Amino acid sequence: MVSQGGESLLVQIRGLSFARGSRVIFDGVDIDIPRGKVTAIMGPSGTGKTTLLKLIGGQLRPQRGTITVDGQDVNKLRHRELYALRKRMGMLFQSGALLTDLNVYDNVAFPLREHTRLPESMIRDLVLMKLQAVGLRGARDMMPSELSGGMARRVALARAIALDPMMIMYDEPFTGLDPISKGAVVQLIHRLNAALGLTSIVVSHDVQETASISDYIYVLSEGKVVGHGKPEALRDTDSEWVRQFMQGLPDGPVPFHYPAADYVTDLLAGNG
Amino acid sequence: MVEWLARLGRAGLSFFQRLGRGHLFLLQILAGLPGLLLRPRLVIQQLYSIGVLSLLIIVVSGLFVGMVLGLQGYNTLVDFGAAQSLGVVVALSLVRELGPVVAALLYGGRAGSALAAEIGLMKATEQLSGMEMMAVDPIDRVIAPRFLAGAIAMPLLAAIFSAVGVWGGYFVGVGLLGVDEGAFWSQMQAHVDLYDDVLNGVIKSTVFGFVATWIAVFEGYDAVPTSEGVSRATTRTVVHTALAVLGLDFVLTALMFGNH
Repeated sequence: MVSQGGESLLVQIRGLSFARGSRVIFDGVDIDIPRGKVTAIMGPSGTGKTTLLKLIGGQLRPQRGTITVDGQDVNKLRHRELYALRKRMGMLFQSGALLTDLNVYDNVAFPLREHTRLPESMIRDLVLMKLQAVGLRGARDMMPSELSGGMARRVALARAIALDPMMIMYDEPFTGLDPISKGAVVQLIHRLNAALGLTSIVVSHDVQETASISDYIYVLSEGKVVGHGKPEALRDTDSEWVRQFMQGLPDGPVPFHYPAADYVTDLLAGNG
Repeated sequence: MVEWLARLGRAGLSFFQRLGRGHLFLLQILAGLPGLLLRPRLVIQQLYSIGVLSLLIIVVSGLFVGMVLGLQGYNTLVDFGAAQSLGVVVALSLVRELGPVVAALLYGGRAGSALAAEIGLMKATEQLSGMEMMAVDPIDRVIAPRFLAGAIAMPLLAAIFSAVGVWGGYFVGVGLLGVDEGAFWSQMQAHVDLYDDVLNGVIKSTVFGFVATWIAVFEGYDAVPTSEGVSRATTRTVVHTALAVLGLDFVLTALMFGNH
């Protein structure tokens, strides 16, 4: 797969439509994820960014449209083929999704033990290398409940790269972290992508952090792609909506007030 | 009126959808069982947390149920001068009915609710979803070992319940009320049949174990992934297990002992 710009594509989404019950989440979305780059999917909360990652990972099925990952149509794969493809995808959940009954070391070793027959000594080396990469080799004996939010996310990242995947999907990697942890995660995403030759998809609504590390940004709103381009290009966009989002203005095309009846009439109605 | 009909229809549809999901889920679990032969450690861990950790409540309850049976049975039998038969009464009640049924109810309350809550919380904290994305099927890795362990543990717990219960009846009948020890055991030996009584009891407890564990893992897996949803799943596990066990007990009893 090749995009119009001549880049090699890892993920290609065409005409994607997805609805939950009567609520339309995506309506004809086209997205290209080039290999080796960090691509960001941005948008306000509730626009289905996490849903998009689940669709790419084949955990949900779209009503219409195709999602192709590394040349394979995710929704036409059989159970076994889908699981084989997932071994080459890493996903970092917002909560970390660490297994609470295993310590940090065993959590990172989990995918290795499940999918390989490596001897325990080699698993140990691999786990320590992955933990070293996220700076938590010293925390290997801690349980997930003892970790701070930022540490849990870094452990989850070490686990996501344990099988040396071709791509990683980050679900809101910056949300709820203190500035130092946030900085650490920003730097990790950037460094890992370069060092391991990964393709990264970052789903986020933190404009500053995401723009600083991404090569290309898609902005989603109400089920559609409302803007896309390189971070610099999006900053001076003509679209008022995208400008409001990128600069975090409280009022604009997205109104400050949720639709409601007229304020004065509403207040006076209580007196009747 | 139309509103009411629509609500009835929706409730009916969602009931049958759940029933269908539950059966498909069972098929997926059964398909995951052969893989466990290669990884017995997963099952053994669950046998410990489901079976061994339920032992205390099973043993204590079994003891008291047996003691009550001894006391009540003696009071009734002594009027007919048949106190010698106390052993038969205690053993048959336990092996045929109380062992499998009460053990299954306790199992649902102790192990079933724990299973549902654990799996529901794993779902709510995205652990199951995370496993799927790591290309590990949570049904094979998490659900199937728990299901198998539960189905194995429950008949054993019921057997232990009955054994301890018989001992409780012996303690009260022979030890406290003075029934003849030789008569207590020999009558029991003569009138409890290995196939008609013991084997049927084992079949009952196996069926109960299968159904109770199925309900528990399904409720957990199908739970709405919020704290409220997990709490509802846990409650439903206990209620549905109790109803299923008592209902099935009648059906099984009718099939096993109906034409005597």
